[in-house]
Amino acid sequence: MAETLLDIRDLKTWFKTDDGMVRAVDGVDLRIDRGETVGVVGESGCGKTVTARSVLKLIDMPPGRFENGQILWQGRDLIPLPAEEMDKIRAREIAIIFQEPMTSLNPVYTVGDQIGEVIRQHENLSKKQARDAAVEMLRLVNIPNPGKRVDDYPHQFSGGMRQRVMIAMAMSCKPKLLIADEPTTALDVTIQAQILELMQEMKERLGMSIMLITHAMGVVAETCQRVVVMYAGKVVEEASVEALFGNPRHPYTQGLIRSIPRVDRGAEQKQRLEAIPGTVPSLLQPPTGCRFAARCKYVMDVCTQAMPPLKEAAPGHFVRCVL
Amino acid sequence: MAGSTHASLSAKAPAAVPGARKGRRFSPWQEAWRRFRRHKMALFSAFALFLVVFGVLAGPFLWRVPINEIDFAAKLQGPSWAHPMGTDDLGQDLLSRLIYGGRISIAVGVAAMIVAIFVGMLVGALAGMASGGLDAALMWLTDLFLSLPQLPLLLLVIYLFREPVKGVLGVEGGAFILIVGVIGATRWMAAARLVRAQFLSLREKEFVEAARALGASRMRQVMMHILPNALGPVIVVATIDIAAAIIAESTLSFLGLGFPSDVPTWGSVLRDAKDYLDIAPHWALFPGGLIFITVLAINFIGDGLRDALDPRRVL
Amino acid sequence: MGKDQLLSVRDLRKHFAVKGGLFSREVERVHAVDGVSFDIGKGETLGLVGESGCGKSTTGRCILRLIEPSSGEVTFQGADVMRMSGEALRALRRDMQIIFQDPYASLNPRLTVGAIVGEALEIHGLAKSRRELEERVVQLLETVGLQPDHMRRFPHEFSGGQRQRIGIARALAVEPKLIVCDEPVSALDVSIQAQVINLLEDLQEKFSLTYLFIAHDLSVVEHISTRIAVMYLGRVVEIAPSRDLYDTPLHPYTEALLSAVPIPDPTVKRKRIMLQGDVPNPIHPPSGCHFHTRCPIARPDCAQRDPVLRESRPGHWVACHYRG
Repeated sequence: MAETLLDIRDLKTWFKTDDGMVRAVDGVDLRIDRGETVGVVGESGCGKTVTARSVLKLIDMPPGRFENGQILWQGRDLIPLPAEEMDKIRAREIAIIFQEPMTSLNPVYTVGDQIGEVIRQHENLSKKQARDAAVEMLRLVNIPNPGKRVDDYPHQFSGGMRQRVMIAMAMSCKPKLLIADEPTTALDVTIQAQILELMQEMKERLGMSIMLITHAMGVVAETCQRVVVMYAGKVVEEASVEALFGNPRHPYTQGLIRSIPRVDRGAEQKQRLEAIPGTVPSLLQPPTGCRFAARCKYVMDVCTQAMPPLKEAAPGHFVRCVL
Repeated sequence: MAGSTHASLSAKAPAAVPGARKGRRFSPWQEAWRRFRRHKMALFSAFALFLVVFGVLAGPFLWRVPINEIDFAAKLQGPSWAHPMGTDDLGQDLLSRLIYGGRISIAVGVAAMIVAIFVGMLVGALAGMASGGLDAALMWLTDLFLSLPQLPLLLLVIYLFREPVKGVLGVEGGAFILIVGVIGATRWMAAARLVRAQFLSLREKEFVEAARALGASRMRQVMMHILPNALGPVIVVATIDIAAAIIAESTLSFLGLGFPSDVPTWGSVLRDAKDYLDIAPHWALFPGGLIFITVLAINFIGDGLRDALDPRRVL
Repeated sequence: MGKDQLLSVRDLRKHFAVKGGLFSREVERVHAVDGVSFDIGKGETLGLVGESGCGKSTTGRCILRLIEPSSGEVTFQGADVMRMSGEALRALRRDMQIIFQDPYASLNPRLTVGAIVGEALEIHGLAKSRRELEERVVQLLETVGLQPDHMRRFPHEFSGGQRQRIGIARALAVEPKLIVCDEPVSALDVSIQAQVINLLEDLQEKFSLTYLFIAHDLSVVEHISTRIAVMYLGRVVEIAPSRDLYDTPLHPYTEALLSAVPIPDPTVKRKRIMLQGDVPNPIHPPSGCHFHTRCPIARPDCAQRDPVLRESRPGHWVACHYRG
């Protein structure tokens, strides 16, 4: 078994709001090994983004707070770590890219300055050397004419190019883990394909792991080795990508996969989509039993009484369901 | 990532999940009131302002000392049971003068605000809906008014028109209309710019487009969809305008250009007091304090409203 | 194309002026829609796909006259939409409706759901009394899968999917013949997307509606459409029955677009056609075929000659010099 880089154990990240405590992440276990791409999928509000940002402690506290759990990075718990120590982990060990490449870049600095600043924070380089390193990073992410574009401002780049800049910035300190939070959601499909390919290329070149947060099952199927499905703050299923798509065991995962229209299917696919009825439960007072019970078509009495545990249904295939 | 540049990117508290408010249902205005109530300073200010307004409205029925009863035996006295706020150089009771003056000052503030907001909304709405030439002309006019030096203009207008208006509307009525008109006419620009900006952004909103697609007339689009959503920030500006108008009236009265000198307003009482600051400081302190408390309370209420009516939290 | 046409669009153009300089002169032009033609038959769903900035939403809004087109013809049930004004335009609003992408921006936050759905009935005087209006609103809410007591609530109390249902109920109130669906499911979660797509399909059958379905998600468009038009930089590059388009795409852009759609099945391995670079700026679209800068099969003359849309196979139209 490969070396474990990140091991999240029973993480609970809650937010205090006017209406009460929102249990955004409510007991999540998640492991990422070296060199692995792990997909974290789920719909909006399932806690996938909060999980990702908890790892880098990018949660505003208050209103957020870690209620419970550990975030073990190479065996060391990040939660009690002081801010200065955390700064050393960010970028150098764990980097993150966000969904919206426009707002993630500072509009008043050139992209060269921004990449250079990240490098200089972690390596002792002169301004000139940092600029050269920035040009090198831009070349690495296939930005045409990097020597000239290094002096451009973010607004002079298109959405896809900005995401490339973000990736260049994230890669600049050669992190061991890249957290990609919906990196292609704001992009067109042809650009999405380019960015996913670029991430794959970077991963192979630097030997890093990727935690890919997304709602798009198709993206997961094409890029990840292992998948974690989240629903209402909980992990409901975890499996290799083949097992998850070939034999989804949780009714929610099954519903998710069947509710997507498929372009690759022939004439028989003109059937009705299998929609999951209802909406996601409130995270203020989540139901006591299985959180999916109210929308599940196989629901039984036992489902509403207690939260089913995450059990290993087949080797490496975990599911939180009594079935 | 570089901590400094990305601090703003950290996760905000997730929006309350739909269904969270089951059983407790609020209209947008009730929702705003709920948020306003959490603003302790604003709530306290609202209470203080209520006391002041109630005081000046009910005062004459409770404190029946005439405002112009001259009693030289009791001149320049400090606070006592007979005169809770003391007396002025003619021995007139300050409490009753300030109650009367407060009515005028607050009435001027509210009326001037109404004039300013009405003109501002009209200009802003026209400019925001028209675009093109009319928009440019109206904004040019707004900039023109903004660049006029206000105080000299006020002095000039009042100097020129005081007598003719007095002839038509009587002494006090004339002064009231003139002051309200002048303050209103020099304070509508902020509202106009705000309303125009709101209109420009709201009229591109999809719900306005939906109304247009349904065949709603321009008037209906404005009255049903644009205006109600533009109102929040306008109310904030209106609140702060009341405070500014009260200050403006006090300034005019202090300079002797407000109401006739025998009519007490907070500003004119302050002006009369200025020559006796060393021997009768209470004379200046009470009107000054009232202006201060009232204006401060209104501004705090404005702050509270700003948070409560924040359009980002409704739209 | 068939004679049961409901809508026909010919050479539709919309140029947005970019103003600048002294006296706000027009300095540049964005060619948002640059000569678009298609027909929609009764009861059909025409999918309009393309990437952001290709002009698909502008096309939809021009047809409804929510944006005034620069030139071109739009004929609805034989009537010239471009010449309509006043009463005729108002009447047109009862036949053509629109559903928006953003379920948050498309509902007025200050109105109750009842007022939002009932607005059209008020505008067109479709209800004689307060009671009749309420009854009709309840009926509309039930049609889209909401409850009668929802009419007294405000939009912010609903989830994205429910808001989209409210938007659909509003459009249905006038009993339209054609509904322009502008990315109606793009902002929704996957499981909710399926609910709304199914609802749209049910409503189409129940009220014999015709849809112009605008979206960037090809799998959704393929699922719901009878025919599909692919747009690139303001022009239609290919129109075909939806199965045909997916089985045998002719235009190289359609091909690349299709191959870029991720498939939720790790066992399916495909050859991906990777397009280089970004979509060019619509202020200065490339000469000749707009796609030639990114086209894997471009030849020198593609930059000189504008390709025209021609019928390569029955019902399958393509605008490419070298394909089909």
